[in-house]
Amino acid sequence: MASVADIPRPFVKPKLGRDDWTQRAFMGVIALYLVVALALPLYAMLSKSFSTYRFDLTGYEVQVSTPEGVFEAPAQSLEALNAEQEVFDAPALSTGSGGRLGLTKLFPDFSFRSPVMYRFRNTSDTSVYLANSERHKGQEWASYTSNEFRRLVIRPQKDIGFSNFKTYFSTPALFRSIQNSMLIAAISTVITVTLAFWFAYALARSCMRFKGLFRAVAMLPILVPSLLPGIALIYLFGNQGMLREFLLGNSIYGPIGIVIGSVFFTFPHAMIIISTALSISDARLYEAAVSLKASRWKTFWTVTIPGARYGLFSASFVVFNLVITDFGLPKVIGGQFNMLAVDIYKQVIGQQNFEMGAVVSVVLLVPAILAFGIDRQVQKKQVALLSARSVVFEPKVNRLFDRIFLGYATLVSIFLVGIIAVCQYAALIKFWPYNLSLSLKNYNFDLMDGGGWGAYQNSLILAILTAIIGTVVVFLGAYMVEKTKGFEKGRAMFQMLAMLPMAVPGMVLGLAYIFFFNNPANPLNFIYGTMIILVVSTVTHFYTVSHLTAVTALKQMDVEFESVSSSLKQPFYKLFRQVTVPVSMPAILNISIYLFVNAMTTVSAVVFLYSTDTKLASVAVLNMDDAGDIAPAAAMGMMIFYTNAAARVIHALASQRILRRSEAWRKSG
Amino acid sequence: MTQSRPYLRIDNLWKNFGDFVALQDISLSIDEGEFICFLGPSGCGKTTLLRAIAGLDLQTSGRVEQAGQNISTLPPSERDFGIVFQSYALFPNLTITRNIAYGLENEGRSKPAIAARVTELLELVGLPDQGDKYPAQLSGGQQQRIALARAIATDPGLLLLDEPLSALDAKVRVFLRHEVKELQRKLGITTVMVTHDQEEALSMADRIVVMNHGTIEQVGTPLEIYRDPASLFVADFIGEMNQITGRVGTRGTVTIGGRTLTCAHHEFTKGTDVIVAIRPENIVPHEDAGGKPVNSFEVSITEMEFLGTYWRAQLKGASHVDQPLTTNFSINAVRRMGLKTGRSLTIELPPESLRVFPAQGQS
Ligand SMILES: Nc1ncnc2c1ncn2[C@@H]1O[C@H](COP(=O)(O)OP(=O)(O)O)[C@@H](O)[C@H]1O
Ligand SMILES: [Mg+2]
Repeated sequence: MASVADIPRPFVKPKLGRDDWTQRAFMGVIALYLVVALALPLYAMLSKSFSTYRFDLTGYEVQVSTPEGVFEAPAQSLEALNAEQEVFDAPALSTGSGGRLGLTKLFPDFSFRSPVMYRFRNTSDTSVYLANSERHKGQEWASYTSNEFRRLVIRPQKDIGFSNFKTYFSTPALFRSIQNSMLIAAISTVITVTLAFWFAYALARSCMRFKGLFRAVAMLPILVPSLLPGIALIYLFGNQGMLREFLLGNSIYGPIGIVIGSVFFTFPHAMIIISTALSISDARLYEAAVSLKASRWKTFWTVTIPGARYGLFSASFVVFNLVITDFGLPKVIGGQFNMLAVDIYKQVIGQQNFEMGAVVSVVLLVPAILAFGIDRQVQKKQVALLSARSVVFEPKVNRLFDRIFLGYATLVSIFLVGIIAVCQYAALIKFWPYNLSLSLKNYNFDLMDGGGWGAYQNSLILAILTAIIGTVVVFLGAYMVEKTKGFEKGRAMFQMLAMLPMAVPGMVLGLAYIFFFNNPANPLNFIYGTMIILVVSTVTHFYTVSHLTAVTALKQMDVEFESVSSSLKQPFYKLFRQVTVPVSMPAILNISIYLFVNAMTTVSAVVFLYSTDTKLASVAVLNMDDAGDIAPAAAMGMMIFYTNAAARVIHALASQRILRRSEAWRKSG
Repeated sequence: MTQSRPYLRIDNLWKNFGDFVALQDISLSIDEGEFICFLGPSGCGKTTLLRAIAGLDLQTSGRVEQAGQNISTLPPSERDFGIVFQSYALFPNLTITRNIAYGLENEGRSKPAIAARVTELLELVGLPDQGDKYPAQLSGGQQQRIALARAIATDPGLLLLDEPLSALDAKVRVFLRHEVKELQRKLGITTVMVTHDQEEALSMADRIVVMNHGTIEQVGTPLEIYRDPASLFVADFIGEMNQITGRVGTRGTVTIGGRTLTCAHHEFTKGTDVIVAIRPENIVPHEDAGGKPVNSFEVSITEMEFLGTYWRAQLKGASHVDQPLTTNFSINAVRRMGLKTGRSLTIELPPESLRVFPAQGQS
């Protein structure tokens, strides 16, 4: 056999056609989007977590005059002065990027009315101080009156190192959150996956009635923000809750509340994954088991569980990831129980310690990326399984078995519907628990802090923009990856970038955006505080699932469409417009509703990024709850629910219409 | 036609996928109006060569020339060809009419002109009433013809077909062979078809390019390829061949198991290990050994199988002990000679039907 080395040179270099250039330009633009909206902010955050800031007193010199204004005493470095006076110890000198240190404490008899003058200078080129809010760099002397010197501050020096991490791991209040988060996520995962498995099993393997209804109920939690169950739990089990005796004296504020709420909001995600896994299990295996007279129990352990194995793994990792990265729920019902995602918020919003926020973010990235990586591996295997299977399982009627599952599914549904019903009730009650008459006053959002109806309007705008812009960006990106030729390395890179958002928790993304876009040196700084940054962050946050949906749809299309079209000398966008998009329409609609619903409910990324002009409904729920306006918070949460429910109905109608219109050409239709 | 300049010329074409060399130094000339088949086992590089000609997957090295123009590096949209894939790749959401009209749009043609051309094409492929249907509403054979119509709609100079018939069931396939061939003759369009089906290639092609492991084994008319295979691979891949190992003796004879065969002209020197090959239908049965033609043997019939138009028989003889021969007997001969399993008879291996190849492992 000949080897590659035998191939005579020169190698042929393709002459690029007009289409190639256009496609590359498009791919460049979308790749640039992902770099700017994801890679660079993450990089900014990572470097922030390694940045430490310290006031370096050796970098300054000061000289003090006599009351007559004569400079007799020699100049002295601040370091020497501090050694003499012992004013600032080491912790006092370590600070954040915004740190400012006043110097008057170094002069015990300082008075701003004194006629004493001060001469001050930097003694190194990296030192900076502010006088009269003006930045001074360079080593020239400058003179200040006492009154001016009062407002003179020095700025810290930046250093790269692990000291932020050292601080983190030597502060029990901080690092205990790691254990808390892992524990809560693990417990929630076990409970959710178990509940969801039996629910999915009942749907797939029994002949119980009302399956369609149960399926719809199981999807309800997706339509509300993750913090809504927290509010319902407060009404049920809080200090004045309807059912607080059931907790036997335990508090709902803390682990119990977080776990119950997490089970609620992660249930649909686990259910979908496990349902898919169960529906692709091969019916032939069941027939074989029946013909071998294996008991139901034995069949379950030898056929069902191994078949659904990958689905169970995958669901576990997804649930774990959702719980550990969720911010809204522990914020509302966590009480004094610290979780990683909430720590980020507290560090950044509460203490303005951005570096420590970045450190917690890095810590939170580790389990999230691990869970994500393992899940990708498992899913790869599952795909291989899927293509080899074919025969669909048809459950047989079994009275007792079906009744047990009907009972079970009803119980789970009561839990899911109950949580939402409690919120609805809370929203309509005048003043719990003293005045139980119904009213709409809690919907009068303009009377409360949090943003009012404007916040709801903003959320609607955000959701619509995210759905439209996101769908366009995602679909074009997936098209470029999947259907263009050449430029292999670029496409592989793009694919990797597209998978990354799934592993990045919303809080981390939001914080990364602060670091990147709030930097005045960034030419994109102008989007900070606008609706644009909210749209960009939301599209990016939910990019991966949308991208995978688009890629799956595109993969199902004949790979030779592009070849045929170019052989007929037609530009690629004609094929894209006339064939690719119409054939992918169901997937496109799915992507847009996914983005819409998530934009309505998301809190984590946007909580760092909204401004007074761009307050959002989901954030308003959080803030009103924080301010003690729990009933209005529930009402706003219900507004999100109504909106998403309506959007789902519109989506279902649109999908149906499109399917009906394309019945003629879709084979299965 | 053979005197004129070739319409399509491929010079020293190479293609690799990573470390794997899929095409090795392919050179080939195709005349205008010819129907060429690339024939070879699956994975031998036929599609790769076709896609290089189309510019869909560029060759690594080498030159392609069409109608006197060097098109080696051009993107597909700047070349002049129509193509039909095994999957047909019909656009599912466009009607048959719009599928065929797809390439006619944006070419400065008026709407009525496009409609007239589509009608003409639908008639040409024998599906005049199907224009308003969608691809999924047609049978496989009908879809194949629509794909053909779409490919020739713009009157390309070259028609490329990648296994266009292999997704169809046997009966439709045989019928469409004639249809496609007829259409090609009518239009006079230079055509390259990829197939792994030797019958298809033999019945349709003006010339066949037999490929194996990314190289060309032989180029020739179907008859040349069948009668005079250039290599053991070709001999074996096309039609059937008995193979008997032997060694070259004096004056071009070949010794097999103690017997000496007289062979037609070959260039092997004495002592070379060779394989002598003969097609089953070229083995001549004789009623008795009288006259003693050259290369005649005593054999016995070990197995007989009736295949409708002839009998297929397995023969075993003393002189080629381990190497049974397969032959075809006409129904007539079987009746006349009373052939049946266990019978002995004399067969003749006519020297002009014997082909001599180097033994495997030698070159
Ligand atoms: N895109 C590709 N990447 C790697 N290997 C390929 C690719 N396309 C084809 N090959 C390999 O090249 C060889 C020839 O393929 P192909 O031309 O499709 O064969 P065939 O003769 O069946 O049409 C095969 O071994 C195939 O596996
Ligand atoms: Mg092929």
